[in-house]
Order: sequence, then structure tokens, then C-alpha cells
Amino acid sequence: MDGAMHTDAKSRAETGTESGPRGPGCSLRHFACEQNLLSRPDGSASFIQGDTSVLVGVYGPAEVKVSKEIFNKATLEVILRPKIGLPGVAEKSREQLIRNTCEAVVLGALHPRTSITVVLQVISDAGSLLACCLNAACMALVDAGVPMRALFCGVTCALDSDGTLVLDPTAKQEKEARAVLTFALDSVERKLLMSTTKGLYSDAELQQCLAAAQAASQHVFRFYRESLQRRYSKS
Amino acid sequence: MAAGFKTVEPLDYYRRFLKENCRPDGRELGEFRTTTVNIGSISTADGSALVKLGNTTVICGVKAEFAAPPADAPDKGYVVPNVDLPPLCSSRFRSGPPGEEAQVASQFIADVIENSQIIQKEDLCISPGKLAWVLYCDLICLDYDGNILDACTFALLAALKNVQLPEVTINEETALAEVNLKKKNYLNIRTHPVATSFAVFDDTLLIVDPTGEEEHLATGTLTIVMDEEGKLCCLHKPGGSGLTGAKLQDCMSRAVTRHKEVKKLMDEVIKSMKPK
Repeated sequence: MDGAMHTDAKSRAETGTESGPRGPGCSLRHFACEQNLLSRPDGSASFIQGDTSVLVGVYGPAEVKVSKEIFNKATLEVILRPKIGLPGVAEKSREQLIRNTCEAVVLGALHPRTSITVVLQVISDAGSLLACCLNAACMALVDAGVPMRALFCGVTCALDSDGTLVLDPTAKQEKEARAVLTFALDSVERKLLMSTTKGLYSDAELQQCLAAAQAASQHVFRFYRESLQRRYSKS
Repeated sequence: MAAGFKTVEPLDYYRRFLKENCRPDGRELGEFRTTTVNIGSISTADGSALVKLGNTTVICGVKAEFAAPPADAPDKGYVVPNVDLPPLCSSRFRSGPPGEEAQVASQFIADVIENSQIIQKEDLCISPGKLAWVLYCDLICLDYDGNILDACTFALLAALKNVQLPEVTINEETALAEVNLKKKNYLNIRTHPVATSFAVFDDTLLIVDPTGEEEHLATGTLTIVMDEEGKLCCLHKPGGSGLTGAKLQDCMSRAVTRHKEVKKLMDEVIKSMKPK
């Protein structure tokens, strides 16, 4: 509550690679998360994965326009602003993905006829942008105190031309990859909440990426838990 | 009496059918609606197709025009898809700038074209750095009864198979393009992506090809786009209830069978059109 709580964590896989140049396969980039950094929104969070950084503000539950109100649950709105230029069709598509993911976990039935607005601003994009947006949105919803049935996290996998899997790819790795798959997983049973993919890949590769993403999501959820513990243990 | 119950408790009404493994319109859980396709109906377009998936009707028209190739890819042409959901097709759409659903559908079609490599963009180039074809694909929904993505993908594929581009030669003396309208070639369609959509009910049950009402009651949707080798071009799951890996496997196998059905239909239609 009093000022921002800065939590840093290095996340690595069981193979034990250092957070510098990562080994091929299973490690995620360095994470950092900061909550409650904006004064106006009810909840805010900034999530940094490597060099990709997204800032999110959540307003809600708040007043909703009569035309948009739903009688038995909260109306969720997501606005995604790119770093440069005006929002276009690609942003609209991502907004829909993020909104539907949040709708699946937020307990909207507890706040009928209200609106929960999630505003995401891309600060820098160095690969795995959608996953970073999802992680930041989850942290901001927690900071705002919006009731949820589970937490969710985003994980990106890139498959290069010889089938090697890279988790949390950088922009360069994404560009050179044959396929880039982004998943959103929930924290309770690691089920697949959202998926969006780019490029061609086989069914077996999909299952492999999904399994790797589920393993990686454990690290992300552990990081969420640690950062929240650190924040609330002081106050 | 059933109609009254359906209006008051639509979800319960549906659950009663789903318990018996069927749906109100008599289909099984894994059955698609009757698909019909009509190719070449718009004579002013370079390629066109009309697809009906039950009541959902989508028409696709492709126009080819000249353009300068993009500076970062001087030997490639480009394809510009646009999905339009006009107020005609459903009462939920208003006239004006494209709403979210239309934009998402346009982005989806653009991704399918990009990921599946349905056309090699180099084939659209006439003269590197100077002239290339640009294909404007306009998909218009005439009747919205759910499963718009499957219908749009199929309409796009059928229309592209129908496109005939005239031969263009660059006259070296005048440096102008000469178009020979008498000699036309079909596009080289390399893969045949087919979309299969599912709706998730009550977090557990998956049904194929949802109608408008089913989409409204569903807790999530999933669209899989597969090509003929079983490779996936797109796994579009915009949120909604969670799915396990095993459920995804079932969806994959259904998508494979759907691909065969659609391919057969396409081949029949193309064969019936050929002697022109």
C-alpha cells in the first residue's frame, strides 16, 4: 500500500543455467514485477521479461454504461496500446484474446452490472509480448483485488527449423523461428486457457510445446507467489 | 411448450439435449452442418466463392490489382484480406466502422494466409522492385448463424482456387505493363488450409460447428486450421474454459476428418467447373 514494492526474481529451470546467456531449451528470461506503481488506477503492475516490458492499470469494479452492462456479471474491457502508432487490427485481436482469458478466471458474477477495465501499455517489445501482457494483466488484477478463481500466466514457445524448442524467445529468435506459439495457462490445473500460434507445426510438436509451457508456468506461478509474499510480509 | 422453456432457460434446454449426445437441430456432437459451395458466381471479380455452412453464408470476392512491391520485399506481391460483418447478417452488428468481431476475423484470415503459405508471394511478383500483383480478398457475411471462421476460411480457399490472373509482360521500350486478357492462368495454390471450430460447454463438453445460439451459450471456443499433411497453421483459442492436452488431441483427430470432407467437396466443385 505504501509506495511500490519492487520484487526481482531470476527464474531458471532445473538444468540450472545462469540468467546470463541461456542454454538451449528450457529456461525463461529474467523476470521482474512491480505492483501498485500508479496512483489513479485501482490496481497496477509492471512486468518485465528480459527486455520486454508492459505496464498495466486496472479500474474496477466501476460504473458501466447501460448499453454495455450485463445483468448477472461484470463487463470486462481490455485496451491495449502499442508502443508506437495508433492501435490497429492486430491490437484488437490481442485485446480479444486477453479479455477472454481474463473473463475465464475473473469471478464476474460477484460484481454484476459493473465494469472492470484493464489498460495495457507496451513499454518495450523484445519478444514474447503477448505472454508478458498476460502476466502483467494477472498481477494488476491481483493488485486491484478483483476476485479470481485462479491465476493465469502467459508462456511463449518458438520452434526453429530443426524442431528445437525455445521458451520465452527474444525478438530475434521469434523472427527466425518456424513457428511461435503463445499459451495462457491457469494456476489450478495448468489447463490451456488461451492459445494463439503463428507458423506451421505438427500435432506432436504442439503437445511437446504445451508440455514445456506447463512446466515453465510453474516457475511463473512460483514467482507470482514469492513477489506477493514479499509485498504483504512487510506491511 | 418446448419453445417457452427454450426462451426462459436456454442453457438448461441445451443441457437436456447434450445429455443425450445430440443437439436441438438433430446433429450429433461431432457432426458438421450441410456445407455447400458455389464458385465463380461474381463475374466482375477475378475469383469468387459462396459458402453456406447450414445457415451461415459467406461470400468471398478476390480482385487483383497492380501495385509497387513493398520496399523490404521487392520480389513479393501481397494479399489483403478483409472480413465484413454488415448489419444485414445479424441484428447484433451496427453500420459504421468494423466492430471487434470483424477485426478479429480479418486478423485471423490474414494469419491463416501468412502461416499456411497458401500462395507463394513470389508468384505474385511481375517485375521485381517495380510491379507486383496485390490480391484484395473481401469476405462478406450474408447470414450469421455461428462458426464464421470456418466459413470464411473455406470461402477464401475456394475463391483463391478460382482466381485467374491474366499474363503481364513488361514492354522494354515503353517500360509499361501489357496485359494479355486472353491468356489467363490459375494461381498456384500450394496448401489447402481447412478450419474446424469447436465450442466448449460447461467446461467439459466439446461440440463441433456451433450455431449462433450455441456460440452464445458456450463457455469457450476453439478453432483449428489444418492443412493436408496434418500440419497445423493456427490454433486459435481466445480464452474461455481451460482444456487439457487430451481434449486437444480429440479435436485434432476431428479436424483431420473434417479436412478430408472439405477437400473432397472442393475437388468435386473444381472438377465440375473445369471445362469452361
